[in-house]
Amino acid sequence: MSEDTLVDELLAGKHRALARVITKIENRAPGYRDLVSQLHEHTGNAEVIGITGSPGAGKSTLVDKMAATYRERGETVGVIAIDPSSPFTGGAVLGDRIRMASNVGDMDVFFRSMSARGSLGGLSTATTDAVKALDAFGKDKIIVETVGAGQNEIEIVKTADTVSVLVPPGSGDDVQMLKAGILEIADIFVVNKADMDGADRTVMELREMVGMRDASPMAGHHGADTLADTDDGAAGQDPDDEGWQPSIVETVAKTGEGVEEFLGTIDEHVAWLSESGELEAQARQRYEAEIKTLLREDTAALLQEELSVRGGLEGYIDRVLRKETDPYAVADELMAPLEDCVAGARDGG
Amino acid sequence: MSTEQEQRTIRCLVAKVGLDGHDRGAHVIARAFRDAGFEVIYSGLHKSPDDIVQAAVQEDVDVLGISILSGAHDTLVPKIMDGLDEYDALEDTLVIVGGIIPDDDREELYEAGVANIFGPGSTMEETIEFVRENAPER
Repeated sequence: MSEDTLVDELLAGKHRALARVITKIENRAPGYRDLVSQLHEHTGNAEVIGITGSPGAGKSTLVDKMAATYRERGETVGVIAIDPSSPFTGGAVLGDRIRMASNVGDMDVFFRSMSARGSLGGLSTATTDAVKALDAFGKDKIIVETVGAGQNEIEIVKTADTVSVLVPPGSGDDVQMLKAGILEIADIFVVNKADMDGADRTVMELREMVGMRDASPMAGHHGADTLADTDDGAAGQDPDDEGWQPSIVETVAKTGEGVEEFLGTIDEHVAWLSESGELEAQARQRYEAEIKTLLREDTAALLQEELSVRGGLEGYIDRVLRKETDPYAVADELMAPLEDCVAGARDGG
Repeated sequence: MSTEQEQRTIRCLVAKVGLDGHDRGAHVIARAFRDAGFEVIYSGLHKSPDDIVQAAVQEDVDVLGISILSGAHDTLVPKIMDGLDEYDALEDTLVIVGGIIPDDDREELYEAGVANIFGPGSTMEETIEFVRENAPER
């Protein structure tokens, strides 16, 4: 199938074409860049929601219930679920699909499992592009689900308009972990399994943390008085406040309890995004990051080519080992022709 | 690493279909496929043919492995094949069947488009080798 027909068929709503486009994106198959370029003008209509949290927090189950609720409202849903892959064999068992029990047989929920494939930077590119494909296909809501363990996952959820972090009850230590970085990216905290012991405590701890964040000198215009606003949790948005204060919602994904409220909070966040102009700012940031990533990868590829023409790095490493040269000098030497080339083209053109 | 550089990985759906709760074989094969470097999606138990088709199409798998020990293969497998055909996915999906399939029933499954049947006594190596050699070029 040629790229043009693939794009046409995708835009016409053919599931097979959408699936194949995502495969090409994942495989970085020849021509995938043209595909994504062609899709770009058709994007921008979907709302993207990121879900992250520690393993076993109930992400997949919650996503299942979210998708079902959106479907009841008559909206179409795309889901990208990312699981880790073995760093040794590259193999993976992608298990999130099993939890999608409420939506089996419903083709308007397009569920796609992706593995990390051990390619660190590349995964966020692949996720961004896959989201574009679902967006161009015409999905109303796109949910990106990933295990939130590190920087890589944080990069991924940044493709989302609204980032939700799941926190299971009784995870005092997890909350500590959250402080280290995930706290900053959360727009909404979801205390899932809220029927379990310790849920109240977790909600309280989160509330305290959100308050502390706002009270810290880094938060700027916020004062300690924002602490009082958080008492009613989800609906605690101060209308005069320019910033978004992370909401805290409680859900029981297994039964679907609280899911409506959670989706309502997402809607509130999206409304705030567009009113405050944050939506456009986010989009700008995202495109900037995307372009930078592509530039980095492309220049790295160019260098790699130059390197292999010169017989690889081994020779240089030998010389560095013998103290005949040093790593900085090697980098300068390899970069010089590229720099000359670029300078030449700039002056000439 | 360049964005142009292709990273091809074989994707498989390991599927249990119908009223058949025996999933040990499916688990073992899922794990073996994973260790062979494949990406494996497991369907879970008691799926309908439509569910399997939906998963195979959306996940765009190269290989669909159906595990059946209930004896209902002669109705369930053709339904899956028809479903794949409906979504234009039949010709470039390698469909293999594992489980208890009597010799008399095999010809019918092959005719429906099943590429191979792995019964009791088949080795993991054999199955993995078959998938590696026959996974469709895309």
